Amino acid sequence: MAFKLPGLIGGLGITFKTMLQGAVTVQYPHEKEQPPARSRGVIALHEDNCTSCMLCSRACPDWCIYIEGHKEERPARREGGRPRAVNLLDRFDIDYALCMYCGICVEVCPFDALFWSPEYEYSEPNIASLLHNKDRLGEWFHTVPEVEPLEVGAAPVAKAKK
Amino acid sequence: MSVLALEIGWGWMLAFKALVILLIVPLGALVLGYTFLLKMMSHMQSRLGPMDPGGFHGWFQLVGDGLKFLQKEDIIPEDADRRVFAFAPVIVVISTFLMFVVIPIGPVAIVANLDVGVFYALAVSSLSVIGVLMAGWSSANKFALMGALRAAGQLIAYELPLLLAVVGVVMQAGTMSLQGIVSAQQNGSIFGWSGIGNPFIFTQIIGFLLFMIAAQAELSQTPFDMPVAESELVAGYMVEYSGFRFLFFFIGEFGTATAFAALAATLFLGGWSLPGVHGLPAELLGPLVLFVKLMGVAFLMFWVRFTYPRLREDQLQAIAWKFLIPIALANIIVTAIIKVAF
Repeated sequence: MAFKLPGLIGGLGITFKTMLQGAVTVQYPHEKEQPPARSRGVIALHEDNCTSCMLCSRACPDWCIYIEGHKEERPARREGGRPRAVNLLDRFDIDYALCMYCGICVEVCPFDALFWSPEYEYSEPNIASLLHNKDRLGEWFHTVPEVEPLEVGAAPVAKAKK
Repeated sequence: MSVLALEIGWGWMLAFKALVILLIVPLGALVLGYTFLLKMMSHMQSRLGPMDPGGFHGWFQLVGDGLKFLQKEDIIPEDADRRVFAFAPVIVVISTFLMFVVIPIGPVAIVANLDVGVFYALAVSSLSVIGVLMAGWSSANKFALMGALRAAGQLIAYELPLLLAVVGVVMQAGTMSLQGIVSAQQNGSIFGWSGIGNPFIFTQIIGFLLFMIAAQAELSQTPFDMPVAESELVAGYMVEYSGFRFLFFFIGEFGTATAFAALAATLFLGGWSLPGVHGLPAELLGPLVLFVKLMGVAFLMFWVRFTYPRLREDQLQAIAWKFLIPIALANIIVTAIIKVAF
Protein backbone atom coordinates (compact mmCIF):
# COMPACT_ATOMS: atom_id res chain seq x y z
CA MET A 1 0.00 0.00 0.00
CA ALA A 2 1.56 3.24 -1.17
CA PHE A 3 1.85 6.14 1.20
CA LYS A 4 -1.05 8.36 0.26
CA LEU A 5 -1.45 10.56 3.30
CA PRO A 6 -0.75 13.97 1.68
CA GLY A 7 -3.43 13.31 -0.94
CA LEU A 8 -5.91 12.22 1.70
CA ILE A 9 -5.36 15.36 3.74
CA GLY A 10 -5.53 17.52 0.63
CA GLY A 11 -8.92 15.98 -0.13
CA LEU A 12 -10.20 16.90 3.31
CA GLY A 13 -8.94 20.42 2.74
CA ILE A 14 -10.87 20.74 -0.50
CA THR A 15 -14.20 19.68 1.01
CA PHE A 16 -13.64 21.95 4.00
CA LYS A 17 -12.86 24.93 1.81
CA THR A 18 -15.89 24.24 -0.36
CA MET A 19 -18.07 24.08 2.73
CA LEU A 20 -16.96 27.55 3.81
CA GLN A 21 -17.34 29.06 0.36
CA GLY A 22 -21.11 29.06 0.44
CA ALA A 23 -23.56 27.47 -1.92
CA VAL A 24 -24.24 28.40 -5.52
CA THR A 25 -27.89 27.38 -5.22
CA VAL A 26 -30.54 29.84 -6.36
CA GLN A 27 -33.64 29.37 -4.21
CA TYR A 28 -35.92 29.36 -7.22
CA PRO A 29 -39.41 30.34 -6.14
CA HIS A 30 -38.03 32.86 -3.63
CA GLU A 31 -35.24 34.27 -5.74
CA LYS A 32 -34.87 34.14 -9.48
CA GLU A 33 -31.95 33.79 -11.74
CA GLN A 34 -31.60 36.32 -14.53
CA PRO A 35 -31.22 34.15 -17.59
CA PRO A 36 -28.62 35.27 -20.14
CA ALA A 37 -30.00 37.60 -22.80
CA ARG A 38 -29.89 35.04 -25.57
CA SER A 39 -31.23 32.07 -23.61
CA ARG A 40 -33.86 29.96 -25.31
CA GLY A 41 -36.81 30.34 -22.99
CA VAL A 42 -39.84 30.64 -25.20
CA ILE A 43 -40.48 31.47 -28.84
CA ALA A 44 -42.32 34.73 -29.43
CA LEU A 45 -44.32 35.65 -32.49
CA HIS A 46 -44.48 39.09 -34.05
CA GLU A 47 -47.73 38.57 -35.90
CA ASP A 48 -47.48 41.61 -38.17
CA ASN A 49 -44.36 40.24 -39.79
CA CYS A 50 -45.75 36.79 -40.42
CA THR A 51 -46.77 35.99 -43.97
CA SER A 52 -47.91 32.46 -43.10
CA CYS A 53 -45.31 31.14 -45.51
CA MET A 54 -45.14 27.88 -43.51
CA LEU A 55 -41.36 27.72 -43.64
CA CYS A 56 -41.07 27.40 -39.86
CA SER A 57 -43.75 24.78 -39.71
CA ARG A 58 -42.02 22.73 -42.35
CA ALA A 59 -38.58 23.19 -40.82
CA CYS A 60 -39.75 22.11 -37.40
CA PRO A 61 -38.20 18.69 -36.64
CA ASP A 62 -41.02 17.56 -34.42
CA TRP A 63 -43.92 19.26 -36.15
CA CYS A 64 -45.04 21.33 -33.25
CA ILE A 65 -46.01 24.49 -35.19
CA TYR A 66 -49.53 24.61 -36.55
CA ILE A 67 -50.34 27.30 -39.09
CA GLU A 68 -53.57 27.99 -40.87
CA GLY A 69 -54.22 30.97 -43.05
CA HIS A 70 -56.35 32.24 -45.92
CA LYS A 71 -55.91 34.67 -48.77
CA GLU A 72 -57.75 37.91 -49.14
CA GLU A 73 -57.81 40.35 -51.94
CA ARG A 74 -56.58 43.86 -51.32
CA PRO A 75 -56.97 46.81 -53.65
CA ALA A 76 -54.12 47.58 -56.00
CA ARG A 77 -51.32 49.77 -54.70
CA ARG A 78 -51.12 51.90 -57.82
CA GLU A 79 -53.84 52.98 -60.15
CA GLY A 80 -54.45 50.56 -62.96
CA GLY A 81 -52.71 47.75 -61.13
CA ARG A 82 -54.14 44.41 -60.23
CA PRO A 83 -55.65 43.79 -56.80
CA ARG A 84 -53.19 42.02 -54.53
CA ALA A 85 -53.65 38.73 -52.73
CA VAL A 86 -52.56 38.85 -49.07
CA ASN A 87 -51.98 35.91 -46.72
CA LEU A 88 -53.78 36.33 -43.43
CA LEU A 89 -52.92 34.29 -40.38
CA ASP A 90 -55.84 32.43 -38.80
CA ARG A 91 -53.94 30.16 -36.52
CA PHE A 92 -50.37 30.06 -35.34
CA ASP A 93 -49.89 27.56 -32.50
CA ILE A 94 -46.70 26.20 -30.98
CA ASP A 95 -47.10 23.09 -28.89
CA TYR A 96 -44.47 23.45 -26.16
CA ALA A 97 -45.19 19.92 -25.05
CA LEU A 98 -43.49 18.84 -28.28
CA CYS A 99 -41.06 21.68 -28.89
CA MET A 100 -37.43 20.76 -28.31
CA TYR A 101 -36.14 24.32 -28.37
CA CYS A 102 -33.85 23.75 -31.33
CA GLY A 103 -34.60 27.22 -32.66
CA ILE A 104 -34.67 26.18 -36.31
CA CYS A 105 -37.97 28.03 -36.79
CA VAL A 106 -36.40 31.24 -35.52
CA GLU A 107 -33.42 30.76 -37.84
CA VAL A 108 -35.49 29.89 -40.85
CA CYS A 109 -38.04 32.70 -40.64
CA PRO A 110 -37.25 35.08 -43.53
CA PHE A 111 -39.48 37.89 -42.22
CA ASP A 112 -38.27 38.25 -38.62
CA ALA A 113 -41.55 37.10 -37.17
CA LEU A 114 -40.14 34.63 -34.62
CA PHE A 115 -37.84 35.54 -31.73
CA TRP A 116 -36.33 33.92 -28.72
CA SER A 117 -37.42 35.28 -25.36
CA PRO A 118 -35.64 34.34 -22.13
CA GLU A 119 -38.92 33.89 -20.22
CA TYR A 120 -39.23 30.39 -18.84
CA GLU A 121 -42.15 30.36 -16.38
CA TYR A 122 -44.97 28.84 -18.34
CA SER A 123 -45.27 25.31 -16.98
CA GLU A 124 -48.81 23.97 -16.79
CA PRO A 125 -50.57 21.29 -14.78
CA ASN A 126 -52.43 20.24 -17.93
CA ILE A 127 -50.38 19.23 -20.94
CA ALA A 128 -52.93 20.61 -23.39
CA SER A 129 -52.37 24.07 -21.97
CA LEU A 130 -48.85 24.04 -23.32
CA LEU A 131 -50.27 24.73 -26.77
CA HIS A 132 -49.74 28.47 -27.10
CA ASN A 133 -51.94 30.22 -29.64
CA LYS A 134 -50.93 33.28 -31.58
CA ASP A 135 -52.24 35.69 -28.97
CA ARG A 136 -50.17 34.05 -26.27
CA LEU A 137 -47.15 33.92 -28.56
CA GLY A 138 -47.73 37.57 -29.32
CA GLU A 139 -47.65 38.39 -25.62
CA TRP A 140 -44.23 36.79 -25.37
CA PHE A 141 -43.05 39.24 -28.01
CA HIS A 142 -43.11 42.03 -25.42
CA THR A 143 -40.53 40.15 -23.39
CA VAL A 144 -38.04 39.82 -26.24
CA PRO A 145 -34.93 41.74 -25.19
CA GLU A 146 -33.28 44.34 -27.38
CA VAL A 147 -30.46 43.03 -29.50
CA GLU A 148 -27.30 43.52 -27.56
CA PRO A 149 -24.78 45.93 -29.06
CA LEU A 150 -21.82 44.29 -30.70
CA GLU A 151 -18.55 44.17 -28.89
CA VAL A 152 -16.03 46.85 -29.64
CA GLY A 153 -14.00 45.86 -32.69
CA ALA A 154 -16.51 43.28 -33.93
CA ALA A 155 -16.98 42.90 -37.68
CA PRO A 156 -19.92 45.00 -38.94
CA VAL A 157 -23.18 43.19 -39.57
CA ALA A 158 -23.44 42.15 -43.22
CA LYS A 159 -26.20 44.11 -44.93
CA ALA A 160 -28.93 42.10 -46.53
CA LYS A 161 -28.60 42.16 -50.30
CA LYS A 162 -31.37 43.89 -52.13
CA MET B 1 -29.65 11.32 41.50
CA SER B 2 -29.10 12.53 45.02
CA VAL B 3 -27.21 15.52 43.63
CA LEU B 4 -30.46 16.98 42.43
CA ALA B 5 -31.90 16.41 45.92
CA LEU B 6 -34.49 14.13 44.49
CA GLU B 7 -35.27 10.83 46.07
CA ILE B 8 -37.36 8.72 43.77
CA GLY B 9 -38.01 5.01 43.73
CA TRP B 10 -35.88 2.75 41.57
CA GLY B 11 -38.89 1.85 39.44
CA TRP B 12 -39.49 5.43 38.41
CA MET B 13 -35.77 5.92 38.02
CA LEU B 14 -35.60 2.95 35.68
CA ALA B 15 -38.57 4.21 33.71
CA PHE B 16 -36.99 7.63 33.46
CA LYS B 17 -33.67 6.22 32.28
CA ALA B 18 -35.37 3.99 29.73
CA LEU B 19 -37.32 6.98 28.43
CA VAL B 20 -34.16 9.06 28.08
CA ILE B 21 -32.41 6.28 26.18
CA LEU B 22 -35.46 5.74 23.98
CA LEU B 23 -35.46 9.44 23.16
CA ILE B 24 -31.72 9.86 22.77
CA VAL B 25 -31.29 7.41 19.89
CA PRO B 26 -33.88 8.87 17.47
CA LEU B 27 -32.98 12.39 18.57
CA GLY B 28 -29.29 11.78 18.04
CA ALA B 29 -30.06 10.26 14.66
CA LEU B 30 -32.14 13.31 13.76
CA VAL B 31 -29.55 15.84 14.91
CA LEU B 32 -26.64 14.11 13.21
CA GLY B 33 -28.65 13.31 10.10
CA TYR B 34 -29.83 16.89 9.77
CA THR B 35 -26.59 18.66 10.66
CA PHE B 36 -24.23 16.49 8.71
CA LEU B 37 -26.07 14.41 6.12
CA LEU B 38 -28.40 17.16 4.97
CA LYS B 39 -26.58 20.38 5.71
CA MET B 40 -22.84 19.79 5.91
CA MET B 41 -22.74 17.44 2.93
CA SER B 42 -24.79 19.92 0.90
CA HIS B 43 -22.44 22.76 1.67
CA MET B 44 -19.44 20.60 0.88
CA GLN B 45 -21.04 20.14 -2.54
CA SER B 46 -21.76 23.86 -2.99
CA ARG B 47 -25.49 23.49 -2.47
CA LEU B 48 -27.90 24.34 0.31
CA GLY B 49 -29.79 21.15 1.00
CA PRO B 50 -33.43 21.28 2.10
CA MET B 51 -34.47 24.85 2.91
CA ASP B 52 -38.25 24.88 3.09
CA PRO B 53 -39.62 22.20 5.47
CA GLY B 54 -40.24 23.70 8.90
CA GLY B 55 -39.46 27.22 7.81
CA PHE B 56 -35.92 27.57 9.09
CA HIS B 57 -33.30 25.92 6.87
CA GLY B 58 -35.42 22.82 6.40
CA TRP B 59 -35.00 21.53 9.94
CA PHE B 60 -38.23 19.56 9.66
CA GLN B 61 -37.08 17.56 6.63
CA LEU B 62 -35.93 14.43 8.48
CA VAL B 63 -38.96 14.41 10.79
CA GLY B 64 -41.14 14.61 7.71
CA ASP B 65 -39.19 11.78 6.10
CA GLY B 66 -39.65 9.70 9.22
CA LEU B 67 -43.40 10.33 9.24
CA LYS B 68 -43.51 9.39 5.57
CA PHE B 69 -41.74 6.09 6.25
CA LEU B 70 -44.21 5.34 9.06
CA GLN B 71 -47.23 5.52 6.78
CA LYS B 72 -45.72 3.41 4.01
CA GLU B 73 -46.69 -0.17 3.39
CA ASP B 74 -44.68 -2.77 5.24
CA ILE B 75 -43.58 -4.99 2.35
CA ILE B 76 -42.13 -8.43 3.02
CA PRO B 77 -40.93 -10.34 -0.05
CA GLU B 78 -42.70 -13.60 -0.82
CA ASP B 79 -39.61 -15.79 -0.47
CA ALA B 80 -38.35 -13.99 2.60
CA ASP B 81 -37.98 -15.72 5.93
CA ARG B 82 -40.74 -13.61 7.40
CA ARG B 83 -39.97 -13.68 11.11
CA VAL B 84 -36.24 -13.18 10.71
CA PHE B 85 -36.82 -10.51 8.10
CA ALA B 86 -39.17 -8.62 10.38
CA PHE B 87 -36.97 -8.91 13.43
CA ALA B 88 -33.59 -8.00 11.89
CA PRO B 89 -33.94 -4.19 11.99
CA VAL B 90 -35.02 -4.40 15.62
CA ILE B 91 -31.75 -6.11 16.55
CA VAL B 92 -29.75 -3.41 14.79
CA VAL B 93 -31.58 -0.70 16.70
CA ILE B 94 -31.38 -2.61 20.01
CA SER B 95 -27.61 -2.75 19.71
CA THR B 96 -27.62 1.03 19.33
CA PHE B 97 -29.86 1.49 22.36
CA LEU B 98 -27.66 -0.78 24.46
CA MET B 99 -24.55 1.27 23.69
CA PHE B 100 -26.04 4.31 25.39
CA VAL B 101 -26.47 2.41 28.62
CA VAL B 102 -22.87 2.97 29.70
CA ILE B 103 -22.18 6.40 28.25
CA PRO B 104 -22.12 8.95 31.09
CA ILE B 105 -23.53 12.44 30.61
CA GLY B 106 -22.70 13.71 34.09
CA PRO B 107 -21.05 12.69 37.36
CA VAL B 108 -24.02 10.51 38.29
CA ALA B 109 -26.15 10.75 35.17
CA ILE B 110 -25.50 7.33 33.68
CA VAL B 111 -27.85 4.44 33.24
CA ALA B 112 -25.45 1.81 34.53
CA ASN B 113 -21.88 2.55 35.59
CA LEU B 114 -20.45 -0.85 34.72
CA ASP B 115 -16.92 -1.73 35.75
CA VAL B 116 -16.33 -3.03 32.24
CA GLY B 117 -18.07 -0.11 30.50
CA VAL B 118 -15.80 0.14 27.46
CA PHE B 119 -15.79 -3.60 26.98
CA TYR B 120 -19.59 -3.70 27.21
CA ALA B 121 -20.07 -0.79 24.78
CA LEU B 122 -17.85 -2.33 22.13
CA ALA B 123 -19.40 -5.75 22.67
CA VAL B 124 -23.00 -4.60 22.19
CA SER B 125 -22.01 -2.44 19.23
CA SER B 126 -20.96 -5.58 17.39
CA LEU B 127 -24.38 -7.12 18.01
CA SER B 128 -25.67 -5.15 15.06
CA VAL B 129 -23.76 -7.39 12.66
CA ILE B 130 -26.12 -10.21 13.64
CA GLY B 131 -29.07 -8.05 12.66
CA VAL B 132 -27.37 -7.17 9.40
CA LEU B 133 -26.64 -10.81 8.62
CA MET B 134 -30.21 -11.77 9.48
CA ALA B 135 -31.52 -9.02 7.21
CA GLY B 136 -29.32 -10.07 4.32
CA TRP B 137 -29.95 -13.78 4.64
CA SER B 138 -33.70 -13.60 5.15
CA SER B 139 -34.33 -11.18 2.29
CA ALA B 140 -33.89 -13.92 -0.33
CA ASN B 141 -32.04 -11.44 -2.50
CA LYS B 142 -28.57 -11.78 -3.94
CA PHE B 143 -27.68 -8.14 -3.39
CA ALA B 144 -28.83 -8.29 0.21
CA LEU B 145 -26.84 -11.46 0.82
CA MET B 146 -23.69 -10.02 -0.73
CA GLY B 147 -24.09 -6.87 1.32
CA ALA B 148 -24.63 -8.79 4.53
CA LEU B 149 -21.58 -10.97 3.96
CA ARG B 150 -19.48 -7.93 3.21
CA ALA B 151 -20.81 -6.27 6.34
CA ALA B 152 -19.96 -9.32 8.41
CA GLY B 153 -16.43 -9.55 7.05
CA GLN B 154 -15.89 -5.85 7.51
CA LEU B 155 -17.30 -5.58 11.02
CA ILE B 156 -15.31 -8.58 12.21
CA ALA B 157 -12.13 -7.20 10.68
CA TYR B 158 -12.55 -3.76 12.23
CA GLU B 159 -13.80 -4.88 15.62
CA LEU B 160 -10.22 -5.80 16.43
CA PRO B 161 -8.47 -2.46 15.77
CA LEU B 162 -11.41 -0.76 17.51
CA LEU B 163 -10.82 -2.76 20.67
CA LEU B 164 -7.04 -2.53 20.47
CA ALA B 165 -7.22 1.23 20.00
CA VAL B 166 -9.18 1.53 23.22
CA VAL B 167 -6.79 -0.66 25.18
CA GLY B 168 -4.26 2.19 25.32
CA VAL B 169 -6.83 4.45 26.95
CA VAL B 170 -7.86 1.74 29.38
CA MET B 171 -4.24 1.16 30.36
CA GLN B 172 -3.61 4.82 30.90
CA ALA B 173 -6.77 5.34 32.96
CA GLY B 174 -6.30 2.09 34.81
CA THR B 175 -10.01 1.29 34.57
CA MET B 176 -12.56 0.09 32.05
CA SER B 177 -15.40 2.03 33.60
CA LEU B 178 -16.30 5.02 31.45
CA GLN B 179 -16.87 7.18 34.53
CA GLY B 180 -13.40 6.19 35.73
CA ILE B 181 -11.91 7.10 32.35
CA VAL B 182 -13.66 10.48 32.40
CA SER B 183 -12.46 11.32 35.90
CA ALA B 184 -8.94 10.14 35.04
CA GLN B 185 -8.95 12.68 32.22
CA GLN B 186 -10.57 15.43 34.29
CA ASN B 187 -8.21 15.09 37.23
CA GLY B 188 -5.11 14.20 35.29
CA SER B 189 -2.29 16.52 34.46
CA ILE B 190 0.09 17.04 31.55
CA PHE B 191 3.64 17.08 32.92
CA GLY B 192 2.36 18.47 36.18
CA TRP B 193 0.16 21.12 34.55
CA SER B 194 -3.48 20.37 35.25
CA GLY B 195 -5.07 23.36 33.52
CA ILE B 196 -7.12 21.30 31.10
CA GLY B 197 -6.84 17.96 32.82
CA ASN B 198 -5.35 15.28 30.62
CA PRO B 199 -7.56 14.45 27.65
CA PHE B 200 -6.26 11.19 26.28
CA ILE B 201 -6.32 12.54 22.75
CA PHE B 202 -2.87 14.00 23.39
CA THR B 203 -1.19 10.90 24.70
CA GLN B 204 -3.31 8.48 22.70
CA ILE B 205 -3.51 10.38 19.42
CA ILE B 206 -2.67 7.19 17.51
CA GLY B 207 -5.34 5.36 19.44
CA PHE B 208 -7.81 8.13 18.62
CA LEU B 209 -7.04 7.97 14.89
CA LEU B 210 -7.29 4.18 14.89
CA PHE B 211 -10.55 4.38 16.81
CA MET B 212 -12.00 6.88 14.34
CA ILE B 213 -10.96 4.82 11.31
CA ALA B 214 -12.31 1.62 12.81
CA ALA B 215 -15.52 3.34 13.94
CA GLN B 216 -15.97 4.60 10.41
CA ALA B 217 -15.82 1.00 9.21
CA GLU B 218 -18.10 -0.20 12.00
CA LEU B 219 -20.68 2.35 10.91
CA SER B 220 -20.12 1.28 7.29
CA GLN B 221 -19.66 4.88 6.27
CA THR B 222 -17.71 5.90 3.20
CA PRO B 223 -14.81 5.05 2.54
CA PHE B 224 -15.83 1.73 4.10
CA ASP B 225 -19.40 1.53 2.81
CA MET B 226 -19.11 -1.62 0.72
CA PRO B 227 -22.01 -3.32 2.56
CA VAL B 228 -24.43 -0.70 1.29
CA ALA B 229 -22.53 0.31 -1.86
CA GLU B 230 -25.24 1.84 -4.02
CA SER B 231 -23.40 1.46 -7.31
CA GLU B 232 -22.65 -2.22 -6.75
CA LEU B 233 -25.28 -3.66 -4.43
CA VAL B 234 -28.18 -1.20 -4.76
CA ALA B 235 -28.49 -0.81 -0.99
CA GLY B 236 -26.85 -3.97 0.30
CA TYR B 237 -28.67 -5.71 3.12
CA MET B 238 -31.35 -2.98 3.21
CA VAL B 239 -32.43 -3.56 -0.37
CA GLU B 240 -35.74 -5.31 0.40
CA TYR B 241 -36.71 -3.10 3.31
CA SER B 242 -39.27 -0.36 3.14
CA GLY B 243 -41.44 1.68 5.44
CA PHE B 244 -40.72 1.72 9.14
CA ARG B 245 -38.28 -1.18 8.98
CA PHE B 246 -36.11 0.87 6.67
CA LEU B 247 -36.55 3.74 9.12
CA PHE B 248 -35.20 1.43 11.83
CA PHE B 249 -32.06 0.85 9.80
CA PHE B 250 -31.69 4.57 9.25
CA ILE B 251 -32.11 5.34 12.94
CA GLY B 252 -29.72 2.51 13.70
CA GLU B 253 -27.11 3.92 11.35
CA PHE B 254 -27.17 7.47 12.67
CA GLY B 255 -27.94 6.47 16.24
CA THR B 256 -24.85 4.28 16.20
CA ALA B 257 -22.88 7.16 14.73
CA THR B 258 -24.07 9.25 17.69
CA ALA B 259 -23.08 6.49 20.10
CA PHE B 260 -19.62 6.07 18.60
CA ALA B 261 -19.08 9.83 18.56
CA ALA B 262 -20.13 9.99 22.22
CA LEU B 263 -17.87 7.06 23.02
CA ALA B 264 -14.90 8.67 21.27
CA ALA B 265 -15.62 11.96 23.03
CA THR B 266 -15.76 10.13 26.35
CA LEU B 267 -12.62 8.09 25.79
CA PHE B 268 -10.40 10.71 24.23
CA LEU B 269 -11.84 14.17 24.92
CA GLY B 270 -12.91 13.90 28.52
CA GLY B 271 -16.61 13.19 27.99
CA TRP B 272 -18.97 15.34 30.04
CA SER B 273 -16.17 16.83 32.14
CA LEU B 274 -14.85 20.35 32.05
CA PRO B 275 -11.58 20.90 33.87
CA GLY B 276 -12.19 22.26 37.33
CA VAL B 277 -15.98 21.89 37.23
CA HIS B 278 -17.32 19.49 39.82
CA GLY B 279 -20.53 18.71 41.62
CA LEU B 280 -23.86 20.22 40.63
CA PRO B 281 -22.54 22.54 37.87
CA ALA B 282 -20.87 19.55 36.22
CA GLU B 283 -24.14 17.65 36.51
CA LEU B 284 -26.04 20.43 34.77
CA LEU B 285 -23.38 21.28 32.19
CA GLY B 286 -22.44 17.66 31.52
CA PRO B 287 -24.95 16.84 28.77
CA LEU B 288 -24.17 20.07 26.96
CA VAL B 289 -20.42 19.59 27.17
CA LEU B 290 -20.69 16.03 25.95
CA PHE B 291 -22.96 17.15 23.14
CA VAL B 292 -20.46 19.74 21.95
CA LYS B 293 -17.59 17.26 22.03
CA LEU B 294 -19.76 14.65 20.37
CA MET B 295 -20.62 17.00 17.54
CA GLY B 296 -16.94 17.77 17.07
CA VAL B 297 -16.09 14.10 16.75
CA ALA B 298 -19.10 13.48 14.50
CA PHE B 299 -17.93 16.34 12.32
CA LEU B 300 -14.65 14.51 11.76
CA MET B 301 -16.50 11.29 10.95
CA PHE B 302 -18.81 12.86 8.43
CA TRP B 303 -16.12 15.08 6.98
CA VAL B 304 -14.22 11.93 6.07
CA ARG B 305 -17.42 10.30 4.88
CA PHE B 306 -18.23 13.07 2.43
CA THR B 307 -14.67 13.42 1.16
CA TYR B 308 -13.37 10.01 0.23
CA PRO B 309 -14.47 7.51 -2.40
CA ARG B 310 -15.18 3.89 -1.55
CA LEU B 311 -12.35 1.41 -1.06
CA ARG B 312 -12.25 -1.96 -2.77
CA GLU B 313 -13.14 -5.01 -0.70
CA ASP B 314 -9.58 -6.37 -0.61
CA GLN B 315 -8.14 -2.95 0.20
CA LEU B 316 -10.54 -2.75 3.11
CA GLN B 317 -9.35 -6.05 4.56
CA ALA B 318 -5.71 -5.19 3.87
CA ILE B 319 -5.99 -1.91 5.76
CA ALA B 320 -7.49 -3.61 8.78
CA TRP B 321 -5.19 -6.62 9.05
CA LYS B 322 -1.90 -5.32 7.64
CA PHE B 323 -2.02 -1.73 8.77
CA LEU B 324 -4.35 -0.88 11.63
CA ILE B 325 -3.85 -3.93 13.82
CA PRO B 326 -0.02 -3.81 13.80
CA ILE B 327 -0.11 -0.10 14.60
CA ALA B 328 -2.63 -0.71 17.36
CA LEU B 329 -0.43 -3.43 18.85
CA ALA B 330 2.62 -1.18 18.67
CA ASN B 331 0.61 1.55 20.35
CA ILE B 332 -0.29 -0.79 23.19
CA ILE B 333 3.33 -1.83 23.66
CA VAL B 334 4.55 1.78 23.72
CA THR B 335 1.77 2.77 26.12
CA ALA B 336 2.67 -0.13 28.38
CA ILE B 337 6.36 0.76 28.40
CA ILE B 338 5.67 4.42 29.17
CA LYS B 339 3.10 3.48 31.81
CA VAL B 340 5.62 1.24 33.58
CA ALA B 341 8.58 3.59 33.10
CA PHE B 342 6.89 6.72 34.45
